[in-house]
Amino acid sequence: MSTNGTNGTAAAPIKLTRKDFTSDQDVRWCPGCGDYAILAQVQKVMPELGVARENIVFVSGIGCSSRFPYYMNTYGFHGIHGRAPAIASGLKISRPELQVWVVTGDGDGLSIGGNHLIHALRRNVDLKILLFNNRIYGLTKGQYSPTSELGKKTKSTPYGSIDHPFNPISVALGAAASFVARTIDTETKHLQEILLRAARFKGSAFIEIYQNCNVFNDGAFEVVTDKATKSDNQVVLEHGKPLIFGKERNKGVRLTGMFQPEVVTLGENGITEKDLLVHDETAPNAGLAFLLSQLEPPAFPVALGVLRAVERPTYDQLAVDQEKKLLGSKGDGDLRKLLHSGETWEVS
Amino acid sequence: MDIQAPTAPAKPHEAVDTVVIRFCGDSGDGMQLTGTEFTKAAALHGNDLSTLPDFPAEIRAPAGTLAGVSGFQLSFSSQVVYTPGDAPDVLVAMNPAALRTNLADLLPNGVLIVNLGAFTANNLEKAGYKSNPLEDGSLDQKYRLYKVDISKLTQTALADSGLSTKEIGRCKNFFTLGLMFWMYNRNIVPEVENIKQKFSKLPAIADANVKVFKAGYHYGETAEIFTTSYEVRPATDIPKGKYRNITGNEATALGCVAAVKLSGLRLFLGSYPITPASDILHQLSLYKNFGIVTFQAEDEIAGITAAIGAAFGGSLALTTTSGPGMALKSEAMGLALMTELPLVIIDVQRGGPSTGLPTKTEQSDLLQAYYGRNGECPIPVIAACTPADCFNMAVEAFRLAVKYMTPVILLTDGYLANGAEPWLLPNIADLPKIEVAFRTDPVGFQVYARDAETLARQWVRPGTPGLEHRIGGLEKDFTSGNVSYDPDNHEAMIKIRAAKVAGIAKDIPLQAINGEPTGDLLVLGWGGTYGALTKATDECRARGLKVSSAHLRHLNPFPANLGEILRSFKRVLIPELNDGQLIKIVRAQFLVDAQGLNKIQGKPFKVAEVVASIEAHVGVVKAAEGGRSHVQGEVRA
Repeated sequence: MSTNGTNGTAAAPIKLTRKDFTSDQDVRWCPGCGDYAILAQVQKVMPELGVARENIVFVSGIGCSSRFPYYMNTYGFHGIHGRAPAIASGLKISRPELQVWVVTGDGDGLSIGGNHLIHALRRNVDLKILLFNNRIYGLTKGQYSPTSELGKKTKSTPYGSIDHPFNPISVALGAAASFVARTIDTETKHLQEILLRAARFKGSAFIEIYQNCNVFNDGAFEVVTDKATKSDNQVVLEHGKPLIFGKERNKGVRLTGMFQPEVVTLGENGITEKDLLVHDETAPNAGLAFLLSQLEPPAFPVALGVLRAVERPTYDQLAVDQEKKLLGSKGDGDLRKLLHSGETWEVS
Repeated sequence: MDIQAPTAPAKPHEAVDTVVIRFCGDSGDGMQLTGTEFTKAAALHGNDLSTLPDFPAEIRAPAGTLAGVSGFQLSFSSQVVYTPGDAPDVLVAMNPAALRTNLADLLPNGVLIVNLGAFTANNLEKAGYKSNPLEDGSLDQKYRLYKVDISKLTQTALADSGLSTKEIGRCKNFFTLGLMFWMYNRNIVPEVENIKQKFSKLPAIADANVKVFKAGYHYGETAEIFTTSYEVRPATDIPKGKYRNITGNEATALGCVAAVKLSGLRLFLGSYPITPASDILHQLSLYKNFGIVTFQAEDEIAGITAAIGAAFGGSLALTTTSGPGMALKSEAMGLALMTELPLVIIDVQRGGPSTGLPTKTEQSDLLQAYYGRNGECPIPVIAACTPADCFNMAVEAFRLAVKYMTPVILLTDGYLANGAEPWLLPNIADLPKIEVAFRTDPVGFQVYARDAETLARQWVRPGTPGLEHRIGGLEKDFTSGNVSYDPDNHEAMIKIRAAKVAGIAKDIPLQAINGEPTGDLLVLGWGGTYGALTKATDECRARGLKVSSAHLRHLNPFPANLGEILRSFKRVLIPELNDGQLIKIVRAQFLVDAQGLNKIQGKPFKVAEVVASIEAHVGVVKAAEGGRSHVQGEVRA
């Protein structure tokens, strides 16, 4: 019988490889699932972080994506539905030296666990949150999710969904998230880059990953992933660079006088790069990031990349600071003194 | 006027053993503060005591209404005190609504002090009085009625204080307090200091309260209406040592701090505010220099799941709540059981179901604690029996959780949480040890391998090289802890988790009996009813009834000798502040035809209620014996 846990080596090797992060468990996602690609990229970037394997913890909720921790040879906790951000918060706050990742999905993170997600983000607990968005409930075999589009026909919406969907990035920004990014399961390089940026960011980092469920919602993001159409439907954000996209790299996004986004063509009507919106992921006001989060085909390209990266004190660090301060002023707590505090009297 | 030392009372004073006082008034009248301050004075005087605060769920119900009445009862004595008293000897009513809702409880010929100034037409109407009960002579005949215009006397005392009418109105509870200090011959010097400290940020208010407090004291002394003051001597029949006054919630919090020191671990509390448990969160939040992290979560579920995360990380983990909150935590309790991580869940019970009676006490979460989860999910359940016992049981909860790698539920209740009693301060060296041994050796590590004795798996802190592993809520393989859907494995896991909890019976004290080990009737109780049941049993025993009592603090598993005890009595009575919960478990486990005494009014038992029930059940035993011997006689013939 295999042991849950060790793949042999006891001490952390100096240079780890992808293999060191692969557990002995058989991966049980459906063949062709986008989760495989994400798992591969996460395992690939782990050795680059310079964090010992034993100091990394993957925490998840329930759903297809939440099986993720079983396949990582790190510490892992497969929680209950929606609660991964809360479990991870308790772990990170009590053990700030650990690097804690959360793996969740659109149902787990935005429906049953929406409350925990927004509060973890607002507190800025130093968690790396990966939300696999496939716009469907996969594990329960195909009901619509909080990111499914209006009108979507599923087993529970045979006449079409009348439920307005969430935009995960908008939700995260609304919750005052300090690092927010979007990427795609099949864009391996981009995915790696975003994972590394998130891992190195100090504070809660939220990544929405478009992930294809080839069984229950195949092609949900086809327009932004298909080679033929993707260039015209995605704009890859780069800090300090204008928003240019399109097969010919001749399209751009600019703001109207009323701060509304508008797609324009370079060279037409005298429009140059100077007229375009320039991405600033560090803008003090999150308004621009929110605007970008809302861009959607067919009228607009989807914004991929880091929408916002603005550091602010993390909850876990503030907790450590507060404790240090109190230890400085009051000293290490003395139980006897505490029990004997207040008014006491002797019975003799 | 400045008083350096208590003035010797000029009027005669009479010695009494035990006094029960109830202060009641509008929720804005400061009756909880009056009661708490008088309690401190009684404690400092060396009396044994027990308190029962009783307040509405609304912070400020409309002034003067029956719904807005807030009360505080305390019993203080030169003898051992078990309960806050069945019925007050002294009732202080600050307005008509308070009089109307509390008068029925006052003993005949009891002292009744009313604030005359509050008996206005408007207040009388709000309280539903058609005429003024102070004027129709009905009260004078039944009680020793003292009409004192506390409102006006307070105003007069503060006439030149420069305070607003509203501010002056708020000081009148200190007049009441001063008057009671005189009546029971208490030292006012520490109280003056108390007031100054309490209001140190508002010196004008502090001065006013001190002035009014002294005015109340002197009013008792000099006004012609009071003829006698009373003396309740310090209690001598209680164990020697250093005491402090403590409420159940305070004791619970201190027990958690003690667990930190006893284990050498850090404590993580994940909690969401809920009445009547919030004070534990408040108090632990003060102690961050004790290695305690408190996390006010976004909801009850986050409170417990964050605690589970911290337990996975190697901290002592705690979540505090009341009934509705524990209902929300049930799924996560199952997760803690499945992952076999130590976690303490404290449920300060209140009246249910649903939102129920948030500020009133009840014992109605026992079955929830026992069974309220999906699947086969046995969790150890323990309960504190007095306010001070909350300290011991909090330590016990952590001891069991860590030793057996299991969630543990500690039940207290609103009565214990807010009630106070003197607490003999424990010697820290005598407290139980909480031994922790994290596994660090990777050789041969199996995540769910168990200790042969306790059946506990080993605790591993993330950060330990070579022991990387994954756990979760899916069924585990018996040894490796990998996900397993094997049918036989599932059954084996269900059985071993149950055996682990059942095995705790070997590690807890045998059940003690108050009284003889056999007899006609056993009164079996649990939790916060200890005082009333013990006192009632003692009273009946003193009158020759063959009754004993046993009070459970370990409910799952029960002490190993409980079955034997139950079989040693002809009849078993189980009084509970619910509709019959322990009785169901006892009947099912021991096949004993136990009888219930159930009160579900949001209030604790009165001793007299229990005495009456004991008498009735002993009567049944006697009658049956008479009948049986008659029958046997016939058979023999």
